[in-house]
Amino acid sequence: MIIVETSAAAHPRGVSVRARNLDKSFGAKRVLRGLDLDVPAGQFLAIVGRSGCGKSTLLRLIAGLDEMSGGAVTFGEHASAAVRVMFQEPRLLPWARVLANVDVGLGERRGGAEGRAQALDALRSVGLEDRAKDWPSTLSGGQRQRVAFARALVSRPRLLAFDEPLGALDALTRIEMQRLLESAWLRDGFTALLVTHDVAEAVTLADRIVIIENGAISRDIAVDLPRPRRRGAVEVAELEEQILDHLLGDAAGRAAE
Amino acid sequence: MTNSQGALIASAGPAADVARRIRWRAILESRAAAWIVPLAIVLSWQLVCVMELTPSTLLPSPAAVIDAARRLTLNGELPRNLGVSFLRAIGGLAIGGTIGFLFGLANGVSKISEILADSTLQMARNIPHLALIPLVILWLGIDEEAKLFLVSIGVFFPIYVNTLHGVRSVDPQLVEMARSYGMPRRDLFRRVVLPGALPSIFVGLRYALGVMWLTLIVAETIAAQSGLGYMAMQAREFMQVDVVVLSILIYALLGKFADSVARALERICLSWHPAFQSQKGEAQ
Repeated sequence: MIIVETSAAAHPRGVSVRARNLDKSFGAKRVLRGLDLDVPAGQFLAIVGRSGCGKSTLLRLIAGLDEMSGGAVTFGEHASAAVRVMFQEPRLLPWARVLANVDVGLGERRGGAEGRAQALDALRSVGLEDRAKDWPSTLSGGQRQRVAFARALVSRPRLLAFDEPLGALDALTRIEMQRLLESAWLRDGFTALLVTHDVAEAVTLADRIVIIENGAISRDIAVDLPRPRRRGAVEVAELEEQILDHLLGDAAGRAAE
Repeated sequence: MTNSQGALIASAGPAADVARRIRWRAILESRAAAWIVPLAIVLSWQLVCVMELTPSTLLPSPAAVIDAARRLTLNGELPRNLGVSFLRAIGGLAIGGTIGFLFGLANGVSKISEILADSTLQMARNIPHLALIPLVILWLGIDEEAKLFLVSIGVFFPIYVNTLHGVRSVDPQLVEMARSYGMPRRDLFRRVVLPGALPSIFVGLRYALGVMWLTLIVAETIAAQSGLGYMAMQAREFMQVDVVVLSILIYALLGKFADSVARALERICLSWHPAFQSQKGEAQ
C-alpha cells in the first residue's frame, strides 16, 4: 500500500490561483456572473457542470485565452503566469514530427541540446520516446493526446489547465490517461484545473470539485479519499452519485417549475 | 470421378486467366503506363503520314519533326530559343510569384493590409492580362521587359489568391495553441502559418506554371525577336510545318516538365501530409 501525501504543502512547485468577481458575456448572453474562486498551490481542482454552464469559459479566462468582461485573476503574487493548456483536441502541428511538437511547449526557451533533452524526457514520461521521429498522423488518438500532454509538461509549468482533454477518447485509453495525469501531478506538483463533464473522472482525480451552475459556483466539495482511487470503490461511487443527483435534481427542479 | 476431373480442368482455366490479368494489371499500374497513350498517338500519326492520308505540307510525319529537331539543334537555333524562353519564364515566375506570395501573406495576416490592397487586386484580377499586350508593347517595346512584365502579371494572381486562401485557412485552434504556449511571433509564422498555407500555395504554383507558358508563348508569338514562339512564327512565314509542329510538341514537354518539378517539390515539402505518406507506404 502506497501512501501518498496530497496536501498543498507537498507541492511547492504549484501556484495558487485567485479569481475575483469574474464576469464574461458573449453579446447579450452573460456566461459567468461574478464568480469567485480560490485554488491553493498544488491542488487538483475539478470543475464540473452541465454543458453550457460556463465551466470551459472559466478555464479559458484563467488560462488567458479569452478576455474577461470584468473581474481579475491573480496567480500567487503575480498578475500573470505561464499557464499550459491541454485542449479537448490534441492540436498537434501535423507538419512537425512528434519531438518537434513536444518542444513547442518550451515556448521561447526552445532549441539547443538542453531543449531537446527536456523534450525527450517529457516524451519518455508519457511512454512515447520511440515515436519521437514519427509524424502525428501515424499516431492513434490516445497517443496524440499523450504527445499533447508531454508538450504541456515539458516546460514544467506551475499551473496546468485541462479542458476536457479525455472527452474524445475511448473508455480504456481514458483510464490510462487518467493514471498518467495523476502520476505526473503527484511527481511534478503543479496546480491542476480539470474541466470535465465526466463526474466519475472528477471524483477519481480531484482533491476538490466545484459545480458550476448558471455562471456561478453552486457547490464546493472536498474529496478526502486516499489515492490511488479505485473506480467502483464504495466511497468513490457514493460521492459520484451525490454529485450526479445534485446536477440532475437541479434540472428536475427547474423542469417542475 | 468425372466430376472431379471436370472440376480440375475447369479450375486450371480461370487460374491461368487470373495470373494473366494480374500481370496486365501490374503493367498498367506501373509509371511507364502513362506513356502508352502518347506513344500510340505518335504511332498512328506516323501511320497516317506513311499512308499519305494527309498532304505532308499540312501535317509533317513524326520522323520529319524529329529531323527538324536534329537540324535546329545542330545549327544552334533550337537550344538558343529554348534557353531564351526558359529564362523569360523563370524570371517572370520569380518576380510575379514572389510579389504575389508576399501580398498573399501580408493580406492574409494583416487586416489593414487586406482592406487597403485586396479589393484593388480583385478588380485587376478580372482584366485578362493578355489584353495588356498592346499597351505593354507601347510602353516597353518588344524587349525582355515586356515579356517579363506579362509573365509576372500572369503568375501573380494565381499565387496571390492561393497564398491568401492558404494563410486564411490555417487552423485557428493551432494558432491559439501556439500563442498560449508562448511561441515567438517569427516562430508562429515559420512553424504554424507558413506550413499550414503550403498545400494551398502549391496549388497556386502549379496553376501559375500553366499561365506562365501560355503568357510567354502568346507574347513571343505576337512581339519578339527570339524564343520558341518567335521560332514558330518565323517557321510559319517560310511554310516550315515541321518546325511549327516541333514547337508545339516542345510546349507540351515543357509543361509536363514544369508540372513534374512542382510535384516533386510538393512531395518533399508536404511529406508530413497523410496523402503523401500513404503513397510512400504503397511503394515500399
